[in-house]
Amino acid sequence: MTTIDNSRPGAAMGEGLPAPVRMGGEGARTIRAGFIPLVDAAVLIAAAELGFARKEGLTLDLVKDVSWANVRDRLAFRQFDIAHMLSPMPVAAMLGLGSNPSPTIAPFSLGRGGNAITLSNRLFQRMQEEGDPGEVESALAHARALAAVLSRMRNGGEPAPRLGVTHPFSSHNYEVRYWLAAGGIDPDRDVKLVVVPPPLTSDALAAGAIDGFCVGAPWNMVASERGLGRIVAAKQDIWPSAPEKVIGMRPEWAESNAETVSRLLLALDQAARWCDEPANRGTLAELLAAPRYVGAPVEIIRRVLAGEFTIDAAGNRRVIDDYFVFHREHANYPRPGQALWLYSQMVRWGQARLSPEMQALAAAAYRPDLYRQALGKAAIPADTAIRIEGDRPGDRFMDGHVFDPADIEAYVRSFPVRASMAGVSVEQES
Amino acid sequence: MTHRDLTILVIDENAIRASIIEEGLHEAGHRKVTVIHEVQGMVRTIETLRPDVIVIDIENPNRDMMEHLFQLTRTVGRPIAMFVDRSDTASIEAAVEAGVSAYVVDGLKKERVKPILDMAVSRFNAFSRLQRELADAKSALEERKVIERAKGILMKMRGLSEDEAFALLRQTAMNEKKKISEIAQSVVTAAGLLM
Repeated sequence: MTTIDNSRPGAAMGEGLPAPVRMGGEGARTIRAGFIPLVDAAVLIAAAELGFARKEGLTLDLVKDVSWANVRDRLAFRQFDIAHMLSPMPVAAMLGLGSNPSPTIAPFSLGRGGNAITLSNRLFQRMQEEGDPGEVESALAHARALAAVLSRMRNGGEPAPRLGVTHPFSSHNYEVRYWLAAGGIDPDRDVKLVVVPPPLTSDALAAGAIDGFCVGAPWNMVASERGLGRIVAAKQDIWPSAPEKVIGMRPEWAESNAETVSRLLLALDQAARWCDEPANRGTLAELLAAPRYVGAPVEIIRRVLAGEFTIDAAGNRRVIDDYFVFHREHANYPRPGQALWLYSQMVRWGQARLSPEMQALAAAAYRPDLYRQALGKAAIPADTAIRIEGDRPGDRFMDGHVFDPADIEAYVRSFPVRASMAGVSVEQES
Repeated sequence: MTHRDLTILVIDENAIRASIIEEGLHEAGHRKVTVIHEVQGMVRTIETLRPDVIVIDIENPNRDMMEHLFQLTRTVGRPIAMFVDRSDTASIEAAVEAGVSAYVVDGLKKERVKPILDMAVSRFNAFSRLQRELADAKSALEERKVIERAKGILMKMRGLSEDEAFALLRQTAMNEKKKISEIAQSVVTAAGLLM
């Protein structure tokens, strides 16, 4: 059984970088870590605040930032040693995509869950007029009802609704596109995808600047609590196993600070176990609610962590099991197969070319070898090889597709809604 | 050999800093400079202006919006973040420290862009120095005020002359290894509690 990271050990090292210097007794004990104020930075924050890092002889210096572009650039330009990153960011970086690609690897995933899609009340009301089941929660039914609304809007000459995402290389971008496309909606033609900083989504929805959005916690709940919108799908509805945020670092830094990386992963592993304990969720909510971290009402964060959703202003509720998984079911293990799924979506939407070389680069962004080195054989899942995704109970894609990393081209072609496969960006019509 | 004028867009929510940058660009002979302070209409401005260089403050959360825009449209050419020459780590660090980020259309010559970025960095730094000096001046004034008040309190409560009151403050500060203004603040606070 081999994984791609083992078969191509050099692929993740980056080219043209200075040779790593290995120092005896590694000086770097303070790690500067960039993060964005979101609930899914929990493991990193808990590691810094609750003694897990200190136990490993590390000081985690957390720096709050305002944009993913900043996080990426500050990591690339060595202002950060590590960073809380969107799971597709290291993959995009390895593929040379975006405006400042610089080699980035992910040896640890910060868990699963946390995203959702919220639409404005106005849009949701029109969906109900088109036969949306309303009370019955079905992400697919909601998407189909939206498709009917959009076709009516197009015929009536109304402008396409604007949906907010967070970054072109974000799980949110791929999730909202997956959801739309599963309902028969072309995300590049039938709606206009725009970028809105997550803390501003509620206000943007209230002002009518956007008609919906897909972002992480707690911002969907914040909007629905304010009576501004209706949550129509959660990440769990689209693909429960999708990796959400990861710890990113420069491969050359990981090389020259191997011992520090191992200790960091030990600290993060302990923090992730702690975050997963239901008994600790109250303390965690209070920690995250602080202005220096997420800066949102503690009660909302508590309910977000429990997956207790108020889905609309009328107070309709829905409980999503495992809305946040910080550790269980090998949630921290960086599966190269998941990097390949993200790559498949980049190909599907015209962001990346399809080629064996690109595929190898994408898989090499996730580094289970470093995870294993730090946490030992006992910590890693039985199925370490690149596996088929979406074929197990509790791990289905919302449209029933199954992802076989061995044939990405066939997988992408199997979707009726996708960009052309030429490998270039699609011009957006406006 | 004449170059086409570079089109430069400055995006800064701080209007004063933006105007300082704008002035610097004009001084350097750039004529096609546009400054915007708000997100509203940013996308349209970028699309119609087609800037060669975009200078944006690093604390602006709308950088992700620009990344998205560059992914979707080709009107802006192929912008690359920050710098033409990645090996020039010293200027990159200086810029990030100063709080400047920039996008440059791929293919532009380094010698054309570097002076613009260097100027932006030095003006960003000058601006924060100015702010620091202003804050220092303000606190110096506050300190003088508090010392005056403490002197007044000591003169009244202990029947000292102005010089004696000041000498007492200075002597106490030396004994306690503190600043005169800190001792003065304690006197003012204590007096407030006692009276």
